[in-house]
Amino acid sequence: MALSRLIGSRLRERRQALGLKQADVAARAGISASFLNLIEHNRRRVGGEVLAGLARVLQMDAAALGGIGESGLLDDLRAAGAGTAAELDRVEEFVGRFPGWAGALAQASGRAVQAERAVMVLNDRMAHDPHLAQALHELLTAVSAVRATAGILAETGDLAPEWRDRFQRNLHQDAERMAIGAETLVAWLNRAEGGAEAVASPQEEFDAWLEAKGWHLAGLERGEGAEAEIEAEIEAGLTSHLARDLARVWAVRTQAEARAMPLEQAQGFDDPLALAAGFGLGPMAGLRRMAGLPGSVHGLVICDGAGALTFRKPARGFALPRFGAACALWPLFQALTRPGQPVEARVRLAGRGGEGGFHLRAVAETRVGARFGDPVLVEAAMLITPLGQVAEEVPEIGSTCAVCAKPACPARREGSILAPL
Amino acid sequence: MSATPHVLLIEDEPNIAEAIRFLLSRDGLSVTVLDHGAKAMAVMREKVPALVILDLMLPDISGLEILTAMRGERAFRGVPVLMLTAKGQARDREAAEKAGASLFMAKPFANAELMAAVRQLLGA
Repeated sequence: MALSRLIGSRLRERRQALGLKQADVAARAGISASFLNLIEHNRRRVGGEVLAGLARVLQMDAAALGGIGESGLLDDLRAAGAGTAAELDRVEEFVGRFPGWAGALAQASGRAVQAERAVMVLNDRMAHDPHLAQALHELLTAVSAVRATAGILAETGDLAPEWRDRFQRNLHQDAERMAIGAETLVAWLNRAEGGAEAVASPQEEFDAWLEAKGWHLAGLERGEGAEAEIEAEIEAGLTSHLARDLARVWAVRTQAEARAMPLEQAQGFDDPLALAAGFGLGPMAGLRRMAGLPGSVHGLVICDGAGALTFRKPARGFALPRFGAACALWPLFQALTRPGQPVEARVRLAGRGGEGGFHLRAVAETRVGARFGDPVLVEAAMLITPLGQVAEEVPEIGSTCAVCAKPACPARREGSILAPL
Repeated sequence: MSATPHVLLIEDEPNIAEAIRFLLSRDGLSVTVLDHGAKAMAVMREKVPALVILDLMLPDISGLEILTAMRGERAFRGVPVLMLTAKGQARDREAAEKAGASLFMAKPFANAELMAAVRQLLGA
């Protein structure tokens, strides 16, 4: 295996550089010399405690050494090099020979992608955030009134006293409005200083809290008796009561689904519908459970019948819009039009060069009211599974029109800032 | 022919409206102020203005809707319209021009600029 080979070779090089014998190193690391020999000759995988022991004996950084073995680094470098003249077929050799540089390049590339996404999110926010638009409008209106009134006071030498008094009163009122408008704007900007993920609404506060928790609470898996612990986490982590209410609704449902689909069994499923069906549950429960498992790589979006996103867990490389409507090409919205019929697609994000594809699986369910005459509500969910590199041609979709580079899209509802000038 | 051109000002911000009304009156113009758009067409039908100063964002209907309605009625097709907006975005300007605005002015404006635009549109 190429990845173990890298680690084995480096262990061997390091041992020889230190002038140590295989038998001595093996004994100090608590393994047999023959096993170390196999590792060094790349005939056995190494990881976990064995790798940590060898790294300790050889005075190496186990995390950095182990990092070579993580396919994430190779994936990151392939993504960084995609669409460039980089020798992608020699990426493993590059990592093996220059692990420090490889890590630095992957890190820099990751930061660039993050920064690009932050720009997209902030631009999305600038374009669609109703709070910002309102704050700016208020401020501009007050400034306009002050400018016009102050101009009259300054330029009109023979202003009648009653007009002068009236305009001075107006000026005072508008100065107050300006102060309030400026405070509102500063408050918004202060929140924005927290980065692209800064919190602004209860939904965003809930999303940010859940993201910080890794989209999972340990107590949810423990069954009975964890409610107090979960409630304490909600109280400690969320400030607005509306965000806490959202978290409580989420926790109750997630806990019920965790009980219905126990962790060890749920982790064995790749197919969310099979998972749900295996436990006699509706399909959306399977999507939610797969996305909510500890360390799950799956992203999840849920929307209501109006298409508004009510839950956003991004998958790596798949940015989700914070404001405005999502891409109409998402299978999520196709599923919304035909509840009960699962929809899936393998796609690539438009304008993302050689970055990997995604497997999108969506389904919608109807929620019938308790009485005749109650409205029937529809809700859809879409599981987002990163695929890494996809060789075949797959359709392109976007995140939201304003930041989507897909040209001539039949579903486009507004122009894109990424469109060529 | 009336010696005093009549200007219809449709602006929902009272202090801005008061300042503009003062400036127009000082220039010898007669002014009617509306703080909403719903009655704009009816008021115009009673007395065709020589100029309409129209805020883009009004509480009930938008300035663009009023402008579109004006350009759809023969009597008001030739009435110059000065659009005002606190949103000085290119797309607003484009939309206003497409709908038939004569001039577009972004807030905050200087009084001298506003009056120069008014005089230009009145052919004074």
